[in-house]
Amino acid sequence: MAYVPHTESDRRAMLAEIGLERMDDLYDAIPKEVRFPDLDLPDPISEMEITREMLTLSEANLEVQHVPCFLGAGAYNHFIPSIIDHILLRNEFYTAYTPYQPEISQGTLQAIFEYQSLMCNLTGMEVSNASHYDGATALAEAVILALNQHRGKRHKVLLSPTIHPHYRQVVRTYTQGMGLTIVGDESLDTSSAMLAEMIDGETTLVAVQYPDFLGRIEDLSSLGEAANKAGALFCVVVNPLALGLLRPPSEFGADIVVGDGQPLGIPLSYGGPYVGIFTTRQQYVRKMSGRLVGETVDSRGQRGYVLTLTPREQHIRRDKATSNICTNQGLMALATAVYLSIVGKQGLREVAELCYHKAHYAAEKIDALDHYSLWHRGPFFHEFVVSCPKPVAEINNQLLDYDILGGYDLGQEYPALADHMLIAVTEIISKEDINDLVTVLEEVSHD
Amino acid sequence: MEFPTDLKYTNNDEWVRVEGDIATVGITDYAQDQLSDLVFVEVTAEVGEKLERDATVAEVESVKAAAFIYMPVAGTIIETNVELYDEPEIINADPYGAAWMFKFEIANPVELDELLDATAYEKYCQEREH
Amino acid sequence: MTEPLVYEISSPGRHALRMPEVDVPKAPLPEGLIREDLPLPELSEIDVVRHFVRLSQLNHGVDTGFYPLGSCTMKYNPKLNEDTARLPGFAFTHPLQDPETAQGTLALMYSLQEWLSEIGGFAAVSLQPAAGAHGELTGILIIRAYHKDRGDEKRTKILVPDSAHGTNPATTTMSGMEVIEIPSDERGNIDLDSLRGHCDESVAGLMLTNPNTLGLFEEQVREVIELIHGCGGLIYGDGANMNALLGVVRPGDLGFDVLQYNLHKTFSTPHGGGGPGSGPVGVAEHLVDFLPTPLVDVVEEGDEVLPPLYGFVTPKKSIGRVKSFHGHFGVAVKAYTYLRLLGKKGLREVADFSVLNANYLRVRMRDVYHIPYDRVCMHEFVAEGRWEDAPDIHALDIAKRLMDYGFHPPTNYFPLIVREALMIEPTETESLETLDAFVKAMLEIAEQARSDPELLKTAPHKTTFGRMDEVKAARQLVLCCWPVERDES
Repeated sequence: MAYVPHTESDRRAMLAEIGLERMDDLYDAIPKEVRFPDLDLPDPISEMEITREMLTLSEANLEVQHVPCFLGAGAYNHFIPSIIDHILLRNEFYTAYTPYQPEISQGTLQAIFEYQSLMCNLTGMEVSNASHYDGATALAEAVILALNQHRGKRHKVLLSPTIHPHYRQVVRTYTQGMGLTIVGDESLDTSSAMLAEMIDGETTLVAVQYPDFLGRIEDLSSLGEAANKAGALFCVVVNPLALGLLRPPSEFGADIVVGDGQPLGIPLSYGGPYVGIFTTRQQYVRKMSGRLVGETVDSRGQRGYVLTLTPREQHIRRDKATSNICTNQGLMALATAVYLSIVGKQGLREVAELCYHKAHYAAEKIDALDHYSLWHRGPFFHEFVVSCPKPVAEINNQLLDYDILGGYDLGQEYPALADHMLIAVTEIISKEDINDLVTVLEEVSHD
Repeated sequence: MEFPTDLKYTNNDEWVRVEGDIATVGITDYAQDQLSDLVFVEVTAEVGEKLERDATVAEVESVKAAAFIYMPVAGTIIETNVELYDEPEIINADPYGAAWMFKFEIANPVELDELLDATAYEKYCQEREH
Repeated sequence: MTEPLVYEISSPGRHALRMPEVDVPKAPLPEGLIREDLPLPELSEIDVVRHFVRLSQLNHGVDTGFYPLGSCTMKYNPKLNEDTARLPGFAFTHPLQDPETAQGTLALMYSLQEWLSEIGGFAAVSLQPAAGAHGELTGILIIRAYHKDRGDEKRTKILVPDSAHGTNPATTTMSGMEVIEIPSDERGNIDLDSLRGHCDESVAGLMLTNPNTLGLFEEQVREVIELIHGCGGLIYGDGANMNALLGVVRPGDLGFDVLQYNLHKTFSTPHGGGGPGSGPVGVAEHLVDFLPTPLVDVVEEGDEVLPPLYGFVTPKKSIGRVKSFHGHFGVAVKAYTYLRLLGKKGLREVADFSVLNANYLRVRMRDVYHIPYDRVCMHEFVAEGRWEDAPDIHALDIAKRLMDYGFHPPTNYFPLIVREALMIEPTETESLETLDAFVKAMLEIAEQARSDPELLKTAPHKTTFGRMDEVKAARQLVLCCWPVERDES
């Protein structure tokens, strides 16, 4: 029996102790007519067979270790130091539950406390929760924080059109029963200056992305100021890796910073699990959802850590809780904490600069091609938009013939950007990879 | 456990001191004991706000529980006790004195008749012990 | 021994990871956008390794010892799952690459959707939700959308039994609907009279955990479902307790309309110290169109030679997207591996032995610990951690004392309807020997509660850390640490 240790004599002895004759007697409370269905499921196979089957299945996929990956759009192929997975595979970390019993959970608790600290230092904010599911749901939770801060008296949310489309979709899904007006993202032309104009006394939250979905970066101070002046909260969606180089959103007056922690040592894994970063100002700590670890001392006078401010959460506040979040992304948060510890102050800056320089090299080379041009001329981080001579899907198919994973087809989400490709360049991409991409792009433009 | 006889009570564990047309409200000794160590207080209603009976006025938290404080009868908030924000432990130490939470002007004094007296409230607390 | 914080072991100028030189011409950095200081720690590789290894050693996990944490299904997490999820073809695929280049992942997701549908008795399953509570929100939004689509706008209430997990009422509030709490009767079932009183055309649905949080199968589940369906409401099933039902009964056959599965409970994926989980949602036929986007489906049928082509589709009246990309694929791989190994036969064994183990503990403990609803339970049961003749002892003291025996305590203070609750879920992967050792400890503790109550009040004694001052943590609120200032002189 798979993973079940009972011997036949154990089973009999236990049934006798309970006072039952057969295993089926355990289920008398279940309506007879639906008991013990004949399930249409495969037969069991051995570990040896599964190993082979899974290998075959996995090899049916194109994977980014074997091809240069210029696809980003919210999930990035960065280098992951070996040490991370060794730590994540520590049984005491990954086979533990939520640290409800602090005396025997100090490992998880201190690691989360360190995660919170690292995220505060990286984003420049004062408090961080212990994680949300991903960047998109973290943004939805930011909206809910703002609503509660304004006690449900403001109903308008302003979203920049260049926040990741999935994030904006998730905000709309989460809040569909809350009677909100979500505007600002109707047209790609809406700049942050125009967003600032749209803020009024009804506005509860203004959110922008930095670098934005199209890779661009700008000083967001005046938008932050405008939000602040109108009493609206200002939320910045970040790529945490970019903050190794760029000014933290706290300097733009951000009230809430959210983002996806995936670039910090988490494998692409076809979209998840990742980790949702959520940091804010101390004054909003009680309105912030999700778990939170705080420092204290134990009965022996030792420094220790506990889950704190738990009465904010669903298991105590029930229908009065502002969020239902319970399970979060603990192990993924640990991955980012190990990543930031191993790359450290110097390493994160180096990684961010490598991305920056390589992306700019690629952009310049592509811009020099006859049939391609950069769509945007201002500052960007490691992603940029290229206007292409034909449909992006077609180009990407041809790139695949050369074992290159091309960029994101922006026409899927932004009709105005049909035939525009969003290209991401991370530190993993070499100069040769970029030169190859440029050569092939040139070649396919002729067909 | 104390149940001062000069106060009125609600079955949400608030006490009410009536002086003329002004009422002062806090949480009872029984409530603070049930909640254990208080760590947070916030009066969410604003001075000048006109509220119906049962409207939420304040929120308290201990390490293991959260509770809301409601208007015992309709009225207009005239003062809130912000001292409690920094020292929520006052509620554990002196629930009927320094730990008053807010004062309001009573809109309709007839409603006061529906509040419990000390004996009835004490009985109500005892019932919940079993 | 306490472990210093990463910032406390940091040393200026130290670094671990060497990155390659920039191999392209450097571009000028944008003015006014570059940060001045990056306050991250500076450590060597061995510093980092030792730090996190030492931290791990301060944890109790399933792999260190018995973990009978009620409602959490802390079963053994097969090592095989960890390996398959890390296969490069799974771990290094990009979520936005052309689905035609990701047919392996899509085939896996499709099979898992199909298997979960079959196990739960549903028409379709979405793997999108990230955790149980996220699945609840998805399910309740589906119910809301269903009524709205029919023009039935006045259904704004969700009925929730008082024994429910806190996530149920919190989910309802998030969805914009109103919670109506329904009491339990003296047998631990939903009080039918009370339920009947609330059944009218304002009811959108009922959230039902079955087996409920007392570990009991709702004896009148048929009547409950008929009442709700009778007044036009739908049944949401909280599948947190599915472990006991595998191959035994399908919620869909009972009449449940929606249900979330917890892959990190029932399907053996690890909890990771609080996550990541995965909370797929299954729905009956009439709700398929409302599932979140995207779903995996066959977009081109296969034949003898060619396999089918899988792709993503958006259900017609979808509630929208609940998460970026496609859910927790890495977790799905682990659940798939587990189901493939178990097959149909192994699945039924999971239910059988989890229920057998729980009942064995219940019967062995019942003479010493009061069990308020003492009948044949499912995968877990709830005992009271209090005695008339040991008035100072609380469930918490018993929980802390258990740590001295090397056991993780049961869930305490939940469900709220039992005083001093100890909620015990042994799971199927624990042997008779382990259960007997646990019973022995529980019986000894019960004796100590009378003979030496201080021993319990001051427990744990043998752990690295003693009881934490939670009041101090909440009052002083130290929620993060900053780089340690060093004297440069």
